[in-house]
Amino acid sequence: MADTVAITLTVNGVERQADVEPRTLLVHFLREALGLTGTHVGCDTSQCGACAVSVGGVVVKSCTLLAVQADRAEVTTIEGLARDGQLDPVQQAFWDVHALQCGFCTPGMVMATHELLAHSPQPTDAEIRHGLEGNYCRCTGYHNIVRAVRLAAEKLAERESTAAAG
Amino acid sequence: MYPSAFGYYRAASVQEAVALLGEHPDAKLLAGGHSLIPAMKLRLATPSALVDLGSVAELRGIRQQGETIVIGAMTPHREIEYSTELAKTCPILPEAAAVIGDPLVRNRGTIGGSLAHADPAADFPACVLALGGTLTIQGTAGGRTVEAADFFQDMFATALQPGEVLTEIQVPARQPGVGMAYEKFAHPASRYAIVGVAAVVRMNRSVCEEARVAMTGATSKPTRLTKLEAALAGKPLDEATLKATCVNVVSPDGLLGDHTASATFRAHLTDVFAKRALQRAAERSTSR
Repeated sequence: MADTVAITLTVNGVERQADVEPRTLLVHFLREALGLTGTHVGCDTSQCGACAVSVGGVVVKSCTLLAVQADRAEVTTIEGLARDGQLDPVQQAFWDVHALQCGFCTPGMVMATHELLAHSPQPTDAEIRHGLEGNYCRCTGYHNIVRAVRLAAEKLAERESTAAAG
Repeated sequence: MYPSAFGYYRAASVQEAVALLGEHPDAKLLAGGHSLIPAMKLRLATPSALVDLGSVAELRGIRQQGETIVIGAMTPHREIEYSTELAKTCPILPEAAAVIGDPLVRNRGTIGGSLAHADPAADFPACVLALGGTLTIQGTAGGRTVEAADFFQDMFATALQPGEVLTEIQVPARQPGVGMAYEKFAHPASRYAIVGVAAVVRMNRSVCEEARVAMTGATSKPTRLTKLEAALAGKPLDEATLKATCVNVVSPDGLLGDHTASATFRAHLTDVFAKRALQRAAERSTSR
């Protein structure tokens, strides 16, 4: 076995230390070393976005990142979004409007939606479709996904205004 | 898929990266990794070692020095896309950044990685060439600066020598009367340019004093459309001029072609996208 590299990263708020082979992809580290199988391996060629996770505050394709590149980073996966058993607003929006069929792309869609809404909190439908360009749904269920993103934007805006008022 | 085994070295500075490359002559530099890692997963690239530039803070960021914009090689596409400074001082770069890959890819891919990789279908090389940019390179012998025109040598081949690191990209800040635009016909799946055209025009009232137009996607390296540039000088960039000049801009002979787009189709696209880019560049030349 090749030399390993020691890495320390925070995954969903928990500090993790591991010795990894440099060639270990972040997605495999998350799924196989940490058992966080909500992050999916879809195309494995940086096209489909099923493996999207947040690293250092930006959402990336974890099949195209080495685990060693995430050393010292804060990583958030789909498992890290819900709080106290409550789905986060984006997850809830996907649930509410049934924005999935088989569900394989959903973790990546939810992560990419966070990225999209961080840059553009009130997106138009065209902006939503452009913003999710790196995420494929092969059930062709984009229609409800776009609705879910719109709803998520409303939910997040409501939460903001409640927080501001409170 | 996973790459074949390799040694991994993280550089903390440019100096250290150069030293590591000296120690490991077969090593490849790892920038954002969005071309290199896919190639390694497919075993198209099997470097014995990687020198990771991800922690080199000095390589990241956008600053202005007098009339020059300096962009660190490790600046991600996304930072360029959303730079309010570049939107004013060099708007062609945010415009091109916004059409690279997809948002998640743009969070990792870097301008220096794109230029050093020199993919013939990449977007930034044509822009930097049309802008007349320069690239700063560090090696054991010190630093040197190369004009974009000399940097790109062939498909995936640049002026970078073994052991050297591309550190900065310099482009001129936009002057009054200068307009610029990038237009591409993207591959429907990969979003790479089938043909992309970058146009930078300097106008005096409504007459074109200088046009610099470069194409990507259909040539082995980014290429200036010199015949078209010459035809535009001294003319108003109105519909009549563009209609007359953006015809048979390039010959299909020698252009790249594949099952998606033949060389003949790409030559046609070059006419169409050169016209669009010039039209928008001319419109923007009047803005402050």
